Amino acid sequence: MARSVTTSRKTMTTLFAGTLGLLIFFPVLWIVILSFKSEGDAIKAPLEVLFSTGWTAESYSAVQARSDYPKHFLNSVVIAFGSTLLGLLIAIPAAWAMAFVPAKRTKHVLMWMLSTKMLPPVGVLIPIYLIYRDLGILDSRIGLVFVLMMINLPIIIWMLFTYFREIPGEVLEAARMDGASLREEIIHVLAPMAIPGMASTALLNIILAWNEAFWTLNLTSAKAAPLTAFIASYSSPEGLFYAKLSAASVMAIAPILVLGWFSQKQLVRGLTFGAVK
Amino acid sequence: MGHIQLKQVSKSFGNIEVIPPIDLDIDDGQFVVFVGPSGCGKSTLLRLIAGLEDVTTGSIVIDGRDATAVQPARRGLAMVFQSYALYPHMSVRKNIAFPLKMARVPQDEQERLVEEAARVLNLTGFLDRRPGQLSGGQRQRVAIGRAIVREPAAFLFDEPLSNLDAALRVGMRLEISELHERLKTTMVYVTHDQVEAMTMADKIVVLRAGVIEQVGTPLELYRNPQNTFVAGFIGSPRMNLVEGPDAARHDAHTVGIRPEHVDVSSGSGMWTGTVGVSEHLGSDTFFHVTVKDLSQPLTVRAGGEVDLHYGDTIHLTPKLNHLHRFDDRGLRIT
Repeated sequence: MARSVTTSRKTMTTLFAGTLGLLIFFPVLWIVILSFKSEGDAIKAPLEVLFSTGWTAESYSAVQARSDYPKHFLNSVVIAFGSTLLGLLIAIPAAWAMAFVPAKRTKHVLMWMLSTKMLPPVGVLIPIYLIYRDLGILDSRIGLVFVLMMINLPIIIWMLFTYFREIPGEVLEAARMDGASLREEIIHVLAPMAIPGMASTALLNIILAWNEAFWTLNLTSAKAAPLTAFIASYSSPEGLFYAKLSAASVMAIAPILVLGWFSQKQLVRGLTFGAVK
Repeated sequence: MGHIQLKQVSKSFGNIEVIPPIDLDIDDGQFVVFVGPSGCGKSTLLRLIAGLEDVTTGSIVIDGRDATAVQPARRGLAMVFQSYALYPHMSVRKNIAFPLKMARVPQDEQERLVEEAARVLNLTGFLDRRPGQLSGGQRQRVAIGRAIVREPAAFLFDEPLSNLDAALRVGMRLEISELHERLKTTMVYVTHDQVEAMTMADKIVVLRAGVIEQVGTPLELYRNPQNTFVAGFIGSPRMNLVEGPDAARHDAHTVGIRPEHVDVSSGSGMWTGTVGVSEHLGSDTFFHVTVKDLSQPLTVRAGGEVDLHYGDTIHLTPKLNHLHRFDDRGLRIT
């Protein structure tokens, strides 16, 4: 039997949820609003900002003129997609092996991988910085692709592992009985069944890598700097320019927002780790 | 052809022996049912025959050829799984055609065989649907279709009906029996349901803890159970097993009497008891009767019209020529 809920209670809950949603979304909304204000309007008190009527796109043209957006954008694309692709290349066989041929200590291995995420990244900043310096890959896309791949690898493996585990073993046995070789089993049965899982894993990882700021800021200066560095460049040295900073932020998050919007369904499935059928 | 022989086949997982060495002969065209309580090793035995598990010792011979080390697909057997194990991303047509595709059967031949199988299994209208859009019974038929098209030497069924509801199960049971009559192919069928075993099998293999307790036709098992386990397992409701002085009177440790072999009387009888719960099936009624000196209530079959009620006192007498006697190890005394 469905639980009976009074209308007033429903209204209250809806209001509460709506307020909470707005609260979470508000910073993003505020950034968008600020980005269309003049620099002078942007530093006024919040209410004045909201009711000031001057809307302008001057910050966008200023940001365009001052920085090389396409370069940063391209760097972000290469780093986010590159690290994800490389990560999948390593994670797929790893998750595969652990899901379908588990050994006695597979659980420990998984836990150990996750434990690397428990260390604050700053704890390994100096060694990695020094290694990168010695290898000559500071401020290079390759370096960033590699470090972001390493950072997100445990999450990729965990997600893929849970997806692969959902594929029933009997289906693979059926394929074996039907005469499929290992290669045919993978091509015709396993891969098609695993693709939704791989897609949502890839998507989540692209977003994580796109927004990753610690390593991208610390290991780049100019050449390989992605959009995170592009935003950061508007925040400190020459004082605060709220409108331009906001415009830069909007430009940085817009592409990933669009990607996320179009693949919402996949993403939600990915974030719930296969808990929702 | 589908003659399967197990010679001293055993299976251990690590140090645990789930199937001690057994010998078994399955003749060509036979419908053999492995039956036993869950965890008795019947599914493992089937998977050993299929090649999905490797035997620990012994050999499996299929049609005179040692198949112990042969890949599952090369054994010429087809399997129907409990969970149907259909390929969820393929249409019914592609599911059924999959083994043909793997065997490199020409495209037009594939189509002909799939159409043929679909016609036999009443799936013609569903060929372009995905498994997710089918009911449980239809999915099971697709799984059977996928097995049929290969024209295997033998079919292996691993509890194929246990995911279906009761009405559908009876229907599919008939369909599988009919399929066997038509194809005359060897079928090895695993179930924990003794009714399925009794109704479908040419030969029943009763297993307990990996050990074969008895092999025989359904009626042989029913009439001459070799031990108390088989006696209690085969037949529904269960055979009444009585120990103590009542058994000693017949020179046995345990005596067994089936519910239909007990005479009910209101006057006098060997046992006097009180009627407990009765189960009316229309044609028959089963009474559970509590007898004073027996530890367990006796089950008695009477006609559908017998007018007995909860708490009534009745007298029961077993038909002596249908009494089963077992010794203190539970083995049949002949």
